[in-house]
Amino acid sequence: MAYDSNDHHKNYINAEKGIWSWMTTLDHKRIGVMYLFATMFFFAVGGIFAMLVRLELFKPGPFFSPDTYNKFFTLHGAIMVFMFIIPIIPAALGNFFLPIQIGAKDVAFPRLNLLSWYIFVTGSLLLVFSIVSGGVDTGWTFYTPYSIRTATSVILATLGVFVLGFSGILTGLNFVTTIHKLRAPGMTFHRMPLFLWAIYATAIIQVLATPVIGITTALLVMERVLHIGFFDPKLGGDPVLFQHFFWFYSHPAVYIMILPGMGIVSEVITAFSKKHIFGYHAVAYSSLAIAGISFIVWGHHMFVSSQSPLANFLFSLLTMLVAIPTAIKVFNWTATMYKGSISLKTPMLYALSFLFLFTIGGLTGLFLAAISVDVHLHDTYFIVAHFHYVMMGGTVMGLLAGLHYWWPKMFGRMYPEKWGKLSCALTFIGFNLTFFTQFWLGKMGMPRRYHDYLPEYTPLNIASTVGSWFIGAGMLIMFIYFIWSLFKGKRASENPWGGKTLEWTIESPPTTHNFHKEPVITTGPYEYGELKTTGEA
Amino acid sequence: MVDFFKIFQLPQASTMAPKVDALYDFIHWVSVVSFVIIVGGMVYFIWKFRRRREGEPTPYITGHTPTELSVAGVLFIIVMVIFYWGWKDYSKIIQSSPNALEINVMARQWLWEFEYTNGRKIVNELVVPKGTPVRLIMGSADVLHSFYVPNFRLKQDVVPGAYTKLDFTATSVGEQQVFCAEYCGTAHSKMLAKLKVMEPKDYQRWQTTWEVEQSLGIQPAGAAETTAGQAPETVVENPVERGKKLFAEKGCTACHSVSGQVLVGPSLKEVFGHEVELADGSKVMADENYIRESLMEPQLKLVKGFPPVMPTYKGTLKDDEINALVTYIKSLRN
Ligand code: HEM
Ligand SMILES: [Cu+2]
Repeated sequence: MAYDSNDHHKNYINAEKGIWSWMTTLDHKRIGVMYLFATMFFFAVGGIFAMLVRLELFKPGPFFSPDTYNKFFTLHGAIMVFMFIIPIIPAALGNFFLPIQIGAKDVAFPRLNLLSWYIFVTGSLLLVFSIVSGGVDTGWTFYTPYSIRTATSVILATLGVFVLGFSGILTGLNFVTTIHKLRAPGMTFHRMPLFLWAIYATAIIQVLATPVIGITTALLVMERVLHIGFFDPKLGGDPVLFQHFFWFYSHPAVYIMILPGMGIVSEVITAFSKKHIFGYHAVAYSSLAIAGISFIVWGHHMFVSSQSPLANFLFSLLTMLVAIPTAIKVFNWTATMYKGSISLKTPMLYALSFLFLFTIGGLTGLFLAAISVDVHLHDTYFIVAHFHYVMMGGTVMGLLAGLHYWWPKMFGRMYPEKWGKLSCALTFIGFNLTFFTQFWLGKMGMPRRYHDYLPEYTPLNIASTVGSWFIGAGMLIMFIYFIWSLFKGKRASENPWGGKTLEWTIESPPTTHNFHKEPVITTGPYEYGELKTTGEA
Repeated sequence: MVDFFKIFQLPQASTMAPKVDALYDFIHWVSVVSFVIIVGGMVYFIWKFRRRREGEPTPYITGHTPTELSVAGVLFIIVMVIFYWGWKDYSKIIQSSPNALEINVMARQWLWEFEYTNGRKIVNELVVPKGTPVRLIMGSADVLHSFYVPNFRLKQDVVPGAYTKLDFTATSVGEQQVFCAEYCGTAHSKMLAKLKVMEPKDYQRWQTTWEVEQSLGIQPAGAAETTAGQAPETVVENPVERGKKLFAEKGCTACHSVSGQVLVGPSLKEVFGHEVELADGSKVMADENYIRESLMEPQLKLVKGFPPVMPTYKGTLKDDEINALVTYIKSLRN
């Protein structure tokens, strides 16, 4: 790390030295940083697989063999979902900022926190071994009976997912307890930053939904090893049952992915508009509403799976309801900017990219929630575009907003603003080129998970692949300047953005104990603006 | 702008296609308007309220509940309209006409087999008459597949161990692309078939020619015109005949008559397509999946008034044998 004892103050980074002090640390900030490095590394690995997938699709005709291609897209999806996007915001940024934002010294169970990190690394290693031992070719969804019959390393990969799940469950438990038990005096629920409401809702989903994927992967492994028929009709099982199990977890999981990103956007938009959030309660409780509804809509992934028409009816109806709390949030973020003093620094550019891209992602969800239209669009590139707009356009943009916003606090150094803007612009342009084209491909009927395609799909695929190079360039620049800034970045002040939440009241980087004395909270987190009439719009 | 989108418009080749497109377009315009309001607002605010100097004052606004509620209310109405519209059209998609032309489909890694009731079997090429309701009864020999015809806007997963059905009526003569839309392994993207729609009289001729050649023992000439290289057209026994033979060979006749006479088990005359009353008083429709289940899990749904003595045929009957039996039992319905 870039700090030695000559640095201007003792902080969590230089308080103890040596790799061992990191491997045994119980400090939530250090654990958060370790998660950050691990997950960002996997982001890079998943990104490389993505570039290879797009390379194959640059033109019709094979570049890699079909089996190689199938492994590429499976590994891309599995790594991005299980090792990057699900853990990163809660486990890295949440770990670092949750205790600070409620005025606490640490999470409720520091040892459990470290254990979660080791479990995460173990699960990830299992998945990495599955790559080394031949890869997996089932898609990240592991649909049966293919996943039971394929000769690839499904067992290692699903065991990896199984183990990773425990890491998420423990982190979730830790966070729920911390929020309930360790808030500083005066820190009522309604004075908590919206980031924490989002992390709280996420933690609840993690605790309640993750066991289901654990059981599902365990059943899958048992079926493969012991030939007990759960899912393979040859053994008397039901392949569609697997899809119910899988989506019963994985639909709530998509909200594990997006809610924390939404939380970050609430922080960044208020700080860079110098405005109180518009509709604090609506934004806070819509997180909980989304978390609740997310448990009862999984069947919208199965409209053509042969599930009953009644199930389709209910799942379509319920899915429509998700749109409402989601739209309220989008509306409120936009309204927050009204009459603000808007500064377009990199974190804000990412937050605005989120708003732009997530709006498209959410609206295209409406097409898919309408059953008759989904019959056409399901399993085409339209789906691929939709979930990239929400997961990359939403979560990843939110993550990057947060990472730039909190980087000075975490490491005491500023990232270079100009490079930050350039990288954001490249990513934003590249993203739209890569994925907007895929909506059209899907509408024209191109199925997903295709190693090769018919010639009429060529032009849009070329555009999409070229777009991926822009994203690659943008992200590469970002990785370089982040690492550079750890050593050479300008020293950061306590509060470079004029933020109002508690982390901006302590040193950058924080000391081991965060606060010199326990803070007492008397106001909400977004007291920007002159106190004029309340309730004016 | 509008014309620009037209180049991505697929031909509408089934009765459902225009309906699906109409809802698609509706949602498209709802989305465009919502997008313009949100992102237009955002861009306007960025420009209008850009920071001119550090520390400039901003007003203290915490929200406005009536606005939020009206946004939620308007949105609720819109999504319910979309929901109802989607459901209504979907109900038409799954509705099947009682006199539909039934064709068996067997999906396997990585090809499609189509089998007509007269015994004609073709690989990767499906021929149907225009304007006639068609019903595909689909099974899979291995993993999940999905039968997808973009120009029809229709798709249905094909699931091993059960039958799924797809109903459609083609509205224009010509060749349509069939994809496999559910990932099924190595050659998933090569699991393609052609769907040829003919005028009904041409279709009739196409079938009768084959039937006549068949009865005269001539090898069909159609072989060369199919898309796949591998043995495109195979001549097999008529599935009803095959089913009848299996019915005797596998010992079904010991307990089931086909004449209406009740033996150990119920007679299978006129069972298919009728409701069956079960031991627990509930009723089920005897369709393809019911027959299949009765063969695989005979104790699961017991017919009222009969003892639970039927043995399972799981592992004894192959998929194509089950198909033949189902077709045979179906033929007993009238
Ligand atoms: C307004 C909100 C949303 C609605 C109405 C919606 C609706 C849908 C529907 C109906 C599907 C299933 C389509 C199909 O498989 O045929 C779907 C797929 C998907 N959605 Fe959403 N969605 C919304 C937001 C989100 C969010 C916030 C995320 C994640 C951050 C997300 C992630 C996904 C993913 C990952 C898939 C596809 C998974 C796969 O098949 O691999 N969606 N969405
Ligand atoms: Cu979902």
